[in-house]
Amino acid sequence: MPRLDLVPIFLPGRQEMLDCLSETLKLQLGFEVRQHRPDFDARTSFDTNRGQYNSTTLLRMLLEDLPAETDYVLGVCGVDLFIPVLTYVFGEAQLSGPAAVISIHRLDPLVYGLPADDTLLCSRLVKEAIHELGHCLGLVHCHEPACVMRASTYVEDIDLKPTGFCHECTRLNEADTCRISP
Amino acid sequence: MDQNAPGILIVDDEYSVRDSLEQWFQKDGYRTASAEDAGEALKLLQETSFDVALLDIKMPGIDGMELQRRIQRLDTDVTVIMITAFASVETAVQALKEGAFDYITKPIDPDELSHLVRRAIEQRQLKAENVQLRQKVEHLTTPEQIVGASPQMQKVLELVRSVAETDATVLIRGESGTGKELIAQAIHANSGRRYFPIIPVNCGALPESLLESELFGHEKGAFTGAQYRRKGRLEMSDGGTLFLDEIGTINSRTQVDLLRVLETKEFTRLGGSTPIRVEFRVISATNQNLEQLVEQGDFREDLYYRLNVFAISIPPLRERREDIPLLAQHFLKKYSRQMNRTFTEFDSGAMDMLVRYPWPGNVRELGNAVERALVVGKPPVVAAKDLPLQLNDTGSQPAGDSLADVEQAHVERILEQAEWNVSQAAKILGVDRTTLYNKIRKYGLNR
Repeated sequence: MPRLDLVPIFLPGRQEMLDCLSETLKLQLGFEVRQHRPDFDARTSFDTNRGQYNSTTLLRMLLEDLPAETDYVLGVCGVDLFIPVLTYVFGEAQLSGPAAVISIHRLDPLVYGLPADDTLLCSRLVKEAIHELGHCLGLVHCHEPACVMRASTYVEDIDLKPTGFCHECTRLNEADTCRISP
Repeated sequence: MDQNAPGILIVDDEYSVRDSLEQWFQKDGYRTASAEDAGEALKLLQETSFDVALLDIKMPGIDGMELQRRIQRLDTDVTVIMITAFASVETAVQALKEGAFDYITKPIDPDELSHLVRRAIEQRQLKAENVQLRQKVEHLTTPEQIVGASPQMQKVLELVRSVAETDATVLIRGESGTGKELIAQAIHANSGRRYFPIIPVNCGALPESLLESELFGHEKGAFTGAQYRRKGRLEMSDGGTLFLDEIGTINSRTQVDLLRVLETKEFTRLGGSTPIRVEFRVISATNQNLEQLVEQGDFREDLYYRLNVFAISIPPLRERREDIPLLAQHFLKKYSRQMNRTFTEFDSGAMDMLVRYPWPGNVRELGNAVERALVVGKPPVVAAKDLPLQLNDTGSQPAGDSLADVEQAHVERILEQAEWNVSQAAKILGVDRTTLYNKIRKYGLNR
C-alpha cells in the first residue's frame, strides 16, 4: 500500500478537518496516510510584494523533507498560494511526481464574504487533494464533468464536480498502478 | 505526452514562468515546449508544429513583437498570444494590430489563461475546418465538365472565365439542351460567390401563381394552403447566385416584381410586410428571342436591359460538329461508370451516325442517346443499331420539292458526312471537285 504523508502548513485549529481528509484519502485512494509537522521554515516561501506564498517553493521544501519510506507527500496550507506567472492557485502538484501542495484559503466560504461552512470547506478540500494527487499519479485534466480531474479555476467549479474519478481516468490509472478505487 | 494533443510553445526569458506554464498546460493535457529566447523558439517551430505560441513581449535580444513577425513568416497557422507586464499594454495592442490573437497580463488569472488558450485552439481548429470545408465545397460545386474543343465553345469558355469574377449580370442564350445551366454553374463556381449557393428557378416549369411564391416566399396564411412561413428562392440565394432559367416565360406582373427586386435588392414575402434585403448575382437564361418578345410587348424592355448586361450565346451542337465525338466519348465514359458497364468506344458506323445527326435537342439529346445505347448495346463497343436515331431523319432536309431543293439538301448532307472534305464528297456524289465547288457556290453552302 503506497504511503502518503499529510503535512499541515500554517493550518492551526484544523486538526479535525485534517483527520477527515486522512480518512477519505485512505478510503478513496487506498493509501496508507500519515500526518507529520513540516521540518522546514515555510515562512521563506512568502512573497512580500504579492502577500502570498509561493507554492513552487513549498513543493521544493516538501520534496527536500520527504522521508525515505514515503511515496507521496501532500502539503495542506491555510494560506493563499501562487506561482509567479499566475495570480493564485488552489494547489500545485508534480505531474507523475511524489509531491503536491494545496491551500484551503480560497476554498473557504468566509473568503467570499459568505457564512462559515466547514462541511462545504471539507468537501472542497477533499476534492482538491484528490485532484492534485491525481496529477501525482500521472493523470491530466479531464473533460468529463463528472470527474474530480476536471480543471477548476473557480471555487464553484470544485463544487460541481464529484470526489471520484470518471471511468476513463480510473482505467488510465489502473492500467498504470491500480491505485484508485472508483 | 499525447503527441496528437494541441501543442503550446512558451517563450519567456524567465525560467520560473516557462516552467510553471509548461506544468500548468501539461496538466491540461497539452503538448508543451518552451524556449528562453527567439532563436530557440524559431528552431523549435522549424522542428515541430504548435497550435499556440505564448510570447513574452519583453525579452533580451529579439523581443516578442519581432518574434511574432518572424513566426508569422515561418508558420502562419500558429496562433500567437502575447504575455505582457502592465507597463507594456500599448505594445500588446500593437501586437494585436499585427495579427496576435490576444494578450494577457502578468501575473495571469488562471481562469483567464485557461479560457484564452481554449479559445485560441478552438479558433485555430475552426480555421482548419473552414479550409477543409472550402476544399470540399470547391470539389462538390465543381460543375460537370464542359466538353468542347470547337472554336465556338472555346470562345464561350473564355467569356465564362472573364465574366465570372466581375459579378456582372449575365444572360445566357442558346437552344434547349445546349447546357445553359452548366454554363451558369461554371460562372458561379469561378466567382467569389462560390461558397454561397446557386439557386436555380425554372421559370417555365412553374405555373404563374406558384412562381411568385417560389421566388418571394410567403408568410403563414398568405393564401390557402400556406400553412407555414416559407423562404423564397430570392432569400435563399442571398450572398450567392440566382439562376433564372427560361426567363422569357414569366408573366408581366412577375416581371414588374422581379425588376423591382433587381433594382432595390429588397422585397417582401407574399402576405408579409417586412422588407427583406438580399444580395445576390443574377444569371438568367433563355432559348427565346427576347428582343422579339420586347417588340411584341411580351417582355419589359427595362427588365431586358437589366438582365442583358453580359450575354453569352451557346452555339447549337449542329454548328460545332467537331465537338460531337468528344461529347459522345464523354457521355460514354460517364454512363458506363454509372451503369457499371464496360463500354469503351463507338464503332465507325455509330460515330458516323452521331456526327451526321442534326441534334435538335442538342447536347442533352446526345447524352440521352448515348445513355440509351449503353442500356441496349453489348459492351465493349456501341454499334449504330444501338443508337435511338433515325438516319433518314438526319442531315439537311430539302426546303421544297423542286429538283434544286432536293439537290441542295443532298449535296449539303454529303458534305457534312465527309466533314467538308470536298474531294471525298465529290467522289461520293460521282462528280468532279470543280462541279462540286460550283454547286457549293450556287447554293451558298458553308460549314
